[in-house]
Order: sequence, then structure tokens, then C-alpha cells
Amino acid sequence: MSVIVTDAGFGPDTHSPDPRSGEAVTMPSDTAPEALDAALGAEMVVIDFPSSADGRGFTLARLLRLRGYRGRLRARGHVIADQYAMARRAGFDEVEIDDALAARQPEDQWRLRADWQAHDYQARLRG
Amino acid sequence: MYRYTDFDAGFVAERNRQFRAQVARRIDGSLTEDEFKPLRLMNGLYLQLHAYMLRVAIPYGTLDSRQMRQLAQIAERWDKGYGHFTTRQNIQFNWPVLGDVPDILDALAEVEMHAIQTSGNTIRNVTADHFAGAAADEVADPRPVAELIRQWSTDHPEFQFLPRKFKIAVTGSPADRAVTAAHDIGLRIVRAADGGIAYQVLVGGGLGRTPMIGKVLHDALPEADLLPYLEAIVSVWNLLGRRDNKYKARIKITVHEHGIDEIRRLVEARFAETRAAFSGIDQVMLAGIRAAFAPPAFRDAPVDAYHAARDADPVFRAWTDSNLAAHRAEGYAIVQVSLKAHGATPGDASALQMRVLADVAERYGHDELRISHEQNVVLPHVHLSDLPALHAILRAHGLGTANIGKVSDIIACPGMDYCALATARSIPVAQEIALRFDALKIEHQVGDLKIKISGCINACGHHHVGHIGILGLDRAGVENYQITLGGDQGPDAALGQRTGPGFSADEIVPAVERIVETYLAERAGAEEDFLATFRRIGMAPFKAALYDAPDKEARADAA
Repeated sequence: MSVIVTDAGFGPDTHSPDPRSGEAVTMPSDTAPEALDAALGAEMVVIDFPSSADGRGFTLARLLRLRGYRGRLRARGHVIADQYAMARRAGFDEVEIDDALAARQPEDQWRLRADWQAHDYQARLRG
Repeated sequence: MYRYTDFDAGFVAERNRQFRAQVARRIDGSLTEDEFKPLRLMNGLYLQLHAYMLRVAIPYGTLDSRQMRQLAQIAERWDKGYGHFTTRQNIQFNWPVLGDVPDILDALAEVEMHAIQTSGNTIRNVTADHFAGAAADEVADPRPVAELIRQWSTDHPEFQFLPRKFKIAVTGSPADRAVTAAHDIGLRIVRAADGGIAYQVLVGGGLGRTPMIGKVLHDALPEADLLPYLEAIVSVWNLLGRRDNKYKARIKITVHEHGIDEIRRLVEARFAETRAAFSGIDQVMLAGIRAAFAPPAFRDAPVDAYHAARDADPVFRAWTDSNLAAHRAEGYAIVQVSLKAHGATPGDASALQMRVLADVAERYGHDELRISHEQNVVLPHVHLSDLPALHAILRAHGLGTANIGKVSDIIACPGMDYCALATARSIPVAQEIALRFDALKIEHQVGDLKIKISGCINACGHHHVGHIGILGLDRAGVENYQITLGGDQGPDAALGQRTGPGFSADEIVPAVERIVETYLAERAGAEEDFLATFRRIGMAPFKAALYDAPDKEARADAA
């Protein structure tokens, strides 16, 4: 099972469309930037984080948003609470973690990072 | 100088609160060691050979007396009474206890300082010319744009888990005192065709085990395009850089493997995307930052006392000859305070010395201090008439060494005395070379000569760009020192060439001495410095001096 983290805290997975429906696209962290374009019309894009040290997913999310993707964007895998604000700022709507990680880093640790719009240098500089 | 806005202060306070919680969460098991490591590194905390080490940023090398006094206070309260200034305008405390680190960070925040992104796979502390805002030869002060880049790169959500570390340096002078060609990105402020300023952008420079000189990615980037262009470069590399092998992860390898033309094509395409996200407000903020770096009110006063002291006191005269640089204001000088007293650890300053430096900056230096990548302290604005009094105070505290740019003004990494990566000692070699040339009394005769020493292949001592570079390696458990000659850190940056087989710890100082003797014998005159002589005569005479002479002696012994 897994837990979905949003600004409101932990919740169940209620948004996963059937992967066979074509409405959700899952992408590994080594996805080439030109391959993102095929997902621009999807209802949901899931980007995998194989390790919390692998920061490629943040740039992939940002590129999707820069290219006009407006659907649901999920970071899935080894994302830690300390990365929640980064994920939100990069364009993700939510993070999917497994139960073991959710037990080790409980909801309060994630909620401390829920105010991701504060203290954001890049937002100030972009205007 | 730039002062923290409420935003900056709020950011740093929140960041420190987060780090305090991260330390507690590591202890209670919420964070694994693998998860915690990048978090502590991006807050400046290393695990060294004997203890933790905290690396504190001195952004673009600029600080004031209040900040320097706080560093002294930290050194006394939480460390062993000293700090070590590094080649990237940081100060390192070598003995903090993990549990104290959040308090140290709060103490830094009190004086608008931090340790954010001084380590880890992040965009590191942005460095700049240590003579910025004072040098006579400057196109523009690089510090405002360095501050802008500091803000842009701080906690950048895409760039906290990069393939590897990423270093940016800015120079505003054609003399390039920031070693821009040895950085992941080097920015050189140039005069634009319309009379404004632009940036020459170098990419893919770096030292380490695969040294590379940066290549020109853009010859004259318009000022307003800088942040989206930087964002495009790092974005391209974040996806393209190798994550399978940490030794091939730096952007210099990415540029080498794909070629500068392909990297330029990718960056230009990405720039078209990143540019659209910037409204231009960053340029308004840059203008505000620039105003904060307005020069101090220079005074107009007689300089007779300075000339009289020079005539009367040969020690003072020698110090002014070697430690002053040309200031843009009439009657002023840039003073370099050497942290390379003969036999001392290069770059170390005691808490008392830090306080003395703070006092003289306040009294004689418009309250400004700089840290140079050559591990010295700079008083950028001193009136000539104040120099005799300043010199007397510095001398009384072991800070009056007249050796800037000379043989004993050596850059050395911490080496095996502190560093877990080191394969040989560096500091003792630097100390022995300095003491030897001081005893020979030929330093001033030799003139401008940069010796740089690294205790391992990672090249923190910048040996590749030393006129004489020394690399300490481990050969079957024995220290062995390789020598390179002809490296250059300036605008025409070049990597040194290896002389040949290395030397033992006992042989390295005599070997350096033979190199210097060869230079003195071969130079066309006192005006031809070491580098110019090397470029003219090449490696052969130095090789002969290093490797032929001992053979002759050995043969003589055998006979």
C-alpha cells in the first residue's frame, strides 16, 4: 500500500487512473527531456524517484510545467519529507510514498514542510 | 555591502530550524544515514578524518568587522580557537560537535552568515574577485551579480540533488582573480557593444582528477538573460550528467563527452523555455543589490606620512612592495594581509588574529574585509596615510608577513592532517618550503611565483594551476610528490605539465629549490617572472636540474 502526501497531509490514493487506460503516464527518472512531450495531454503523470539522491525528477517536473502540462503530477518513490517543498515548487501536486517510509517519517514531519510557498527565492526572482 | 532583507533573514532562520530538526530526526531514526548525509552536506557539515567539519560561506569573499568578530567567537566557543580560510572563500571549523552545530548556525545567522550549500551536490558558494569594488582595472563590481546568483541558487528546488557539486565564480576584471576558467561555470563581466555590461560564460572548467580549462559557451550574454541562462545550463546538466560514476559526473566531463557545440545547442534550446518564466523582476532586484554595494566615501588626505615611513623603515617598505595592489581611488591602496607566515599553516587564523583584523578593518578600512582564494585576508580600502599604523598592528600579531605572491605565499589543502580523502600531507610541505626560502633570503629576488599543493588527486590545493604545482600521492604506503610546472590561474588559464617521476617527502623541498635555482639562472632579467621564463625555455632545463643532477651524484658516489 502507499500513502499520498499533499499540503493537507497524508491521504489514500484516490486519483490513480488505470495505467492501461492511457490516462496516466509513468516515467522513470532517466526520461529524456524530449520524451516528455508525449505526456503533455495525459490526465496524470507519475515520475519515479528511485532514490532521494536522484534529483532528475525535479527538473522533469519543471519542464513538463514549462511546456504547458496542466494535469495531475505525482512524484512516486523515495522522496523524503525534506524534499516535499522542492517537489511542490518544481510543479508536483503530490508525493506517493510507501507505508514503511510513511511510518518512519510520519505525517507531522511532512506537514512541517507544507507551507512551501514561503521562503522561496526563485519565486521572488521570477516574479 | 549587502544587508539581509527580512526575506533573507527569515529564510536563514527557517533553514536553521529545519536543520536542527534534521539532526534530531537522524538521532531518532526518522532519517537514515544515507538520507541525512546530503542534508547535512547542503548545510555545510562534513565528516572528516577525526571529527565533523563545518564549512561556512563568506559569499563573494566579503565580510565586515562584526561578522569577523563572530567567526572569532565561534572559533573560541565551539572549536579550538582558530579557523581555516579556504580556496573558495569559505572558513572551515575543524572540530565542532554535531549537537552544537545548530547553535553555531544560529550564531552565524545573527550576523547574516550561513553555511548553506557550501558542500554537497548543490550549487556552491558563489565566489568573486577579492579586489571587487576596489581594483583599478575593473569593468564592473562582480559582487552584485554574485549576490543575485546566491539568491537564485539558494534552495533551488531543481538543483539540490545534482549529479555532483557545481561551482560558479565571477570576475569583473580582465585580470581574472577568481580563477573562472577552473569552475563549472565561470562568468567574466565584459563591456557590451551598447556600452552596458554582458557576461562571457565559460563552462566545464575544473581541477580534480580530470583537470579541464573552461570553454566559452557564450561570448557576450546580455545582462538580463543571466539567471534563465544559468538555469538552462544546470537544467541540461542535471538530466544529461552522468550519475553512474561520481568521477565522471561533473559538467566538465559532460562537456567533454558531448562537445561544447552540442552543449551550446541544448542550452540554447532549454534557455528558450526557462527565459519565458522570468518576468524581469530579477533585474529590478539586481539594481537594488547594486546600490547596496556603492563604494564607501573615500577621503582626500595627504600621503606624506606614507612616503616618509617607506623611506625610513625598510621592513615597512618591503611589506608595501609586496602586499599592496592598485586601488581605483586616489591616495588609497588595497592591502593583502598574509595568512602565510613562514612555518605557519596556510590560511589559518586564530581568534585573536580575527579580532585584530576586525579592529583594523573598522579603524582603517571602511569596515570591509575580503577573503581571497589564495587564502589571505584583504583590506580593500585603506588610505595610504594609515598604512604605517596598520602595518605596526599587523606585525605585532603575526600578520605582517611581506610575501604576497611570493614563493612562501603557498596554497595548500588541509591534506592528511585533517582530510579523510588525502593521500599525503600538504601543510607540512608548505611549511618546509616557506621556511627553506625564508632561510635562503631569496624570496624577493625570485619575485612572483605561485606554489600550490594538493594532498590528493581531488586537487583542492589547485596544484594544476600553480606555477609550481605539487601533488601528494600514496605509493605503496609512502608519500610521493609529483611536480607540475607552468600552470596559470589567470585570464589565459593553463594546466601545468608534469616534470616526470615524483619525489619523496624528504626530496620535495630540495626539488623545489632546484627548480627555483634553475629559474634564477635562466631568466632573461629580474622583470621576467617564473611563468614567462618557463614559457620561453620550456620544460627541458627544469627536467635536467631535477633528474640529471642526482644521477651524477649517485654515479660519483658509486665511483
